[in-house]
Amino acid sequence: MTKAAPILALDKVSKIFGRADNPLYAARDVSFALHPGRTLAMVGESGSGKTTAARLIMREYTPDAGQLLFRGAPLGKADSKALKAYRSSVQMVFQDPFSSLNPAHTIHYHLDRPLRLHQRKLSHAQRHAAVEELLTRVKLDPAQLMGKFPHELSGGQRQRISIARALAVNPQVIVADEPTSMLDVSVRLGILNLLNDMKRQLGLALLYITHDIATARYVAEDIMVMYAGQIVEWGDMEAVLGDPQHPYTRLLLSAVPDPDRRFSEAGEELNQIETIRRQSALPQPEIRQIAENHFIRPMP
Amino acid sequence: MTNPVLSVRNLNIDYIGAETDFHAVKNVSFDIAPGELFGLAGRSGCGKSTIAFAVSRLHRPPALIRKGSQILVDGRDVLTLDDAELRKFRWREVAMVFQSAMNSLNPVLTIEDQFHDVLRTHTGMSRAAARERAAELLKLVDISPDRLSAYPHQCSGGMRQRIVIAICLALNPKLLIMDEPTTALDVVVQREILQRIDVLRRQLGFSVLFITHDLSLMVQVSDRIGIMLEGELVEVNDSRTIYRAPQHAYTRKLWASMPRLHGVQITGEVAP
Repeated sequence: MTKAAPILALDKVSKIFGRADNPLYAARDVSFALHPGRTLAMVGESGSGKTTAARLIMREYTPDAGQLLFRGAPLGKADSKALKAYRSSVQMVFQDPFSSLNPAHTIHYHLDRPLRLHQRKLSHAQRHAAVEELLTRVKLDPAQLMGKFPHELSGGQRQRISIARALAVNPQVIVADEPTSMLDVSVRLGILNLLNDMKRQLGLALLYITHDIATARYVAEDIMVMYAGQIVEWGDMEAVLGDPQHPYTRLLLSAVPDPDRRFSEAGEELNQIETIRRQSALPQPEIRQIAENHFIRPMP
Repeated sequence: MTNPVLSVRNLNIDYIGAETDFHAVKNVSFDIAPGELFGLAGRSGCGKSTIAFAVSRLHRPPALIRKGSQILVDGRDVLTLDDAELRKFRWREVAMVFQSAMNSLNPVLTIEDQFHDVLRTHTGMSRAAARERAAELLKLVDISPDRLSAYPHQCSGGMRQRIVIAICLALNPKLLIMDEPTTALDVVVQREILQRIDVLRRQLGFSVLFITHDLSLMVQVSDRIGIMLEGELVEVNDSRTIYRAPQHAYTRKLWASMPRLHGVQITGEVAP
């Protein structure tokens, strides 16, 4: 397989909350890599550690064990300059387009500010042109929207602004945490298409975090299934969805709304929800390869 | 032929504005048979929740139901009920599970108190009898009766949603309205709850009006489905037809905007 070197990788990262006598592993031995021009989907239910992984990447949390590798080099206690370079390379799109924009500022301000912070050499006119270009890139009309405030925009338009803001600093990695879960079905597709375009045109590495496996299949080449802080199954999207091996992945897939299966045709996993949950939460240190690009951590 | 539990005829609802009125529901008619699970789907703002609120007479100004509209529950016109009749009608005939209903429990009352509240108001039941009935109802939704002494914050979101459903079933209503009952929940929890509803409606015989924008889920759970577009009911069909052979162009567009879990992926070119 000829895959380019990863831009960003997590190497056996753990994050523990709670007291030492009763630790809660929000991330346990989490390893994955993001490659240019590819999307990796991270799926799992709420509380499975998806957002913790995003926060570790955004350096809101520091790992309790393991390390982040940026372009192959470990990112330790980096100095502020290196941190700033990292921040302009790794950007995030949040779930809620209604609370992630400042209601007191115009759209122009939202897009101008990252340019001012990260590309200081640009003149006023250059920045203005850059803002126009960003809005065009996310398929919005600059003349119409630049002076508007967030409340004057629809949810879908706001999410496009969030994406434009992330793109403003020429990032190489975008972490999108449930970017479409608050949007209507019809609007959702437009945002997913935009993410796909960005990936292809700009060669971005995308981490797409979701609980909606159908949309994950639409945007991502690779998938990892997370439960109780562990990645229990990962690999090529079609391989994992076509032949799920871990009991938790099967449970998740059997619960996903699927018009091809009536409720009466339920899989047997749904009768063992509690057992599967309990066992999937135990540490699963072993890794087993199923196919060329398909791995699981078997339950003990 | 059995009489429908709910019969909506020529329903027109406007939201009255200062200058123009917004025609939210346009001449909508449909029936729900006893024991049937009927789904109402459409994008946000299409009027589906407005219909749900009108059926339980919970709509408030500026919403106005136009003359000539009829909502019959078990043959009785809901729109002509006076206040006293309405009190008897709600909960006993039609109960409603709201969107994010798990936040509609009173945070300072125990689960038992919330059951007692409903049972005392509507049937004058004593505390001991209410406690017994509440325990029975909790078992229906797979919750252990020892949770009766718990407060809402001590229960998970899925559990709270099931408690609300149990309270809705307290007076054996003929029709249960569920407005996006599981959108805030995880897929596994969502599946558990809806599967329970499916079993209960077969067991107890109530009908369900189920509202969601998740068409895949709706096809799985409903017997028949109505598709709404800008206040109009553009297609009503059994769920298999809605999925396999949608008749209306808008229904086809909706499917074309939903990424698939298996098989050939959608092209992503259609934007409804």
